[in-house]
Amino acid sequence: MSGTDPAVVPPSRFSLRDLASESVAGLFARPARMVLTALGTVLGVAALVATLGLAKTAGNQIVSRFDELAATSVAVEPADSGFGFDGRPRLSTLPWDAEQRLTRLNGVVAAATRSDVDTGGALVRSVPIVDPLGLTEHQIPVVAGSPGLLAAVRGELRTGRFFDAGHNERGDAVAVIGPGVAATLNIDRVDNLPAIFVGDQAIAVIGILDDVRRDPALLNAIIVPDGFARGRLGLDAPASVQIDTEVGAARLIGEQAPLALDPNSPERLRASVPPEPRATRAGVEEDVNALFLILGGVSLLVGALGIANVTLVSVMERRGEIGLRRALGATRRHVATQFVVESAALGLLGGLIGTSIGILVTVGYSATRDWSPVLDPWLPFAAPLLGGVIGLVAGLYPSWRAATTEPIAALRSTA
Amino acid sequence: MTPPVVLLDGVGRTFAGPPPVEALHPASLVIERGDYLSIVGPSGSGKSTLLHLLGLLDRPTAGRYELDGVDTTGMSDRHRTALRGQRIGFVFQSFHLLGHRTVVENVLLAMLYNRTPAKDRRDRAVAALERVGLGHRLEATPTTLSGGERQRVAIARALVARPSLLLADEPTGNLDSRTSASVLDLFDELHADGLTLVVITHDRDVSERARRRVRITDGILREEAA
Repeated sequence: MSGTDPAVVPPSRFSLRDLASESVAGLFARPARMVLTALGTVLGVAALVATLGLAKTAGNQIVSRFDELAATSVAVEPADSGFGFDGRPRLSTLPWDAEQRLTRLNGVVAAATRSDVDTGGALVRSVPIVDPLGLTEHQIPVVAGSPGLLAAVRGELRTGRFFDAGHNERGDAVAVIGPGVAATLNIDRVDNLPAIFVGDQAIAVIGILDDVRRDPALLNAIIVPDGFARGRLGLDAPASVQIDTEVGAARLIGEQAPLALDPNSPERLRASVPPEPRATRAGVEEDVNALFLILGGVSLLVGALGIANVTLVSVMERRGEIGLRRALGATRRHVATQFVVESAALGLLGGLIGTSIGILVTVGYSATRDWSPVLDPWLPFAAPLLGGVIGLVAGLYPSWRAATTEPIAALRSTA
Repeated sequence: MTPPVVLLDGVGRTFAGPPPVEALHPASLVIERGDYLSIVGPSGSGKSTLLHLLGLLDRPTAGRYELDGVDTTGMSDRHRTALRGQRIGFVFQSFHLLGHRTVVENVLLAMLYNRTPAKDRRDRAVAALERVGLGHRLEATPTTLSGGERQRVAIARALVARPSLLLADEPTGNLDSRTSASVLDLFDELHADGLTLVVITHDRDVSERARRRVRITDGILREEAA
């Protein structure tokens, strides 16, 4: 008769579904307040997401611009290193076999010498006859290069072929001409080996360029092998070396190339290396991030305090409801859980809205700058969760207050 | 033989001092199933203390309290809470309805914690509201109801969990005499249906409707002759 068999009184239960619906109902009881309370979290999360998104987008923008061409381009030229004992400028000369020396280096995709040839003002014509009615002679720059030049400037041929090592060694009178030159000289096919004359030198055209990604001057130039320029056009030494590197190898190659080309006095060669893209990106991200991350953090803190404050006020206001729930069989834990879930849901909601706004800002700003927006894939998932965690933490103290509310006192109040 | 709904055996409540206040002198009281009992007394007499003890909202400092034959004296908070949710229905002076929920949702609250299967809840809530004559206001919000209607919602909420004991604390305190009468008529009907009722009041008209009257003065409980 006087037993306290727990089976007689199965403990109270508050199912997850009921918990969820009660929490949502509690939140939506005062929609205006809910929105205002969530605002701090919304702003904080939006600021964080927009900051990270814009930094990533800007950083990526710069990287992609550099990666494409400049970041893989290294040029080596003799440096002006004062005067020698004889009073003449002390210039290092680049070796003729620069291409072979450099392509051995790991990280080099293609390398070639490139020199502007001084033809002494010789005019270029395509037929050995003098036509008094038409302009047949033209001033066209002549460039000498090694066989790797086409690859080193990332060029493509429209027709024919580029000269090879054999042409170069033999000093064959062959040339590849730019599309501008082809139009000027009325050459559109090379299978019949059309001849052009540079001064009195006859040269067979074996290829026509279509386009080059670097060194657009080549599009309006006649390109001849080093061997020919050396033997017949009076070129003393290559004027520069153009190197196409793998992504990320430019700086390393910039250090190694002068050593490979002139082991005795590498300081007399100057390598032009693009600014390190990674450093650029890090710089941009740091600049943008530092300020706005602090801003976002402060907003989040304010948001958390807002949630804590309003939840606490809410607990005070709802003392009657808390007392009622306790009278209806809710345990302290049930009451606390409901308030924690309410404030966590509020934070999650704020986080979701804030994330959306942050992404919209990132996309919108990128659109105005013609950038492709870039986001870390985890960001849209982590940011709302951050809001939820903030709501959860902010709700802990108010929930504890709710749980320790005495039902007697609460029911006496006339709420 | 079924045990009495309430068995108080020398139950007292002293609030720790200094100086200690003996809010309820040790008292014994038996409330049988189907009893309709009123507890009357001026304010400060110990009515509320007795209400809280009966409602398992407070623990006695002396004696033994059995509810439905279950000794609650040494029970854990968890079990007392469960027992309260399943066996006791509360009706308060200030109703304690949630203003932003509909009438039927307010009644549903009483089945949140006591293991009522979710699919049965709405039917039971509607039945309880029909029982108190509010079957036509299911989706109204309490703010649009009159005081008497609100108290009927509160009574429906107390009934829906099918309690052994209905504890009403000044149920007509916020009502005018006409609506009070209708609430008391409802109590009469519930009593006729076999429900066990305890009404705490300082209102003579209310207490006279009960079959048994207990007067409490300065913490001393005394049953008046019917």
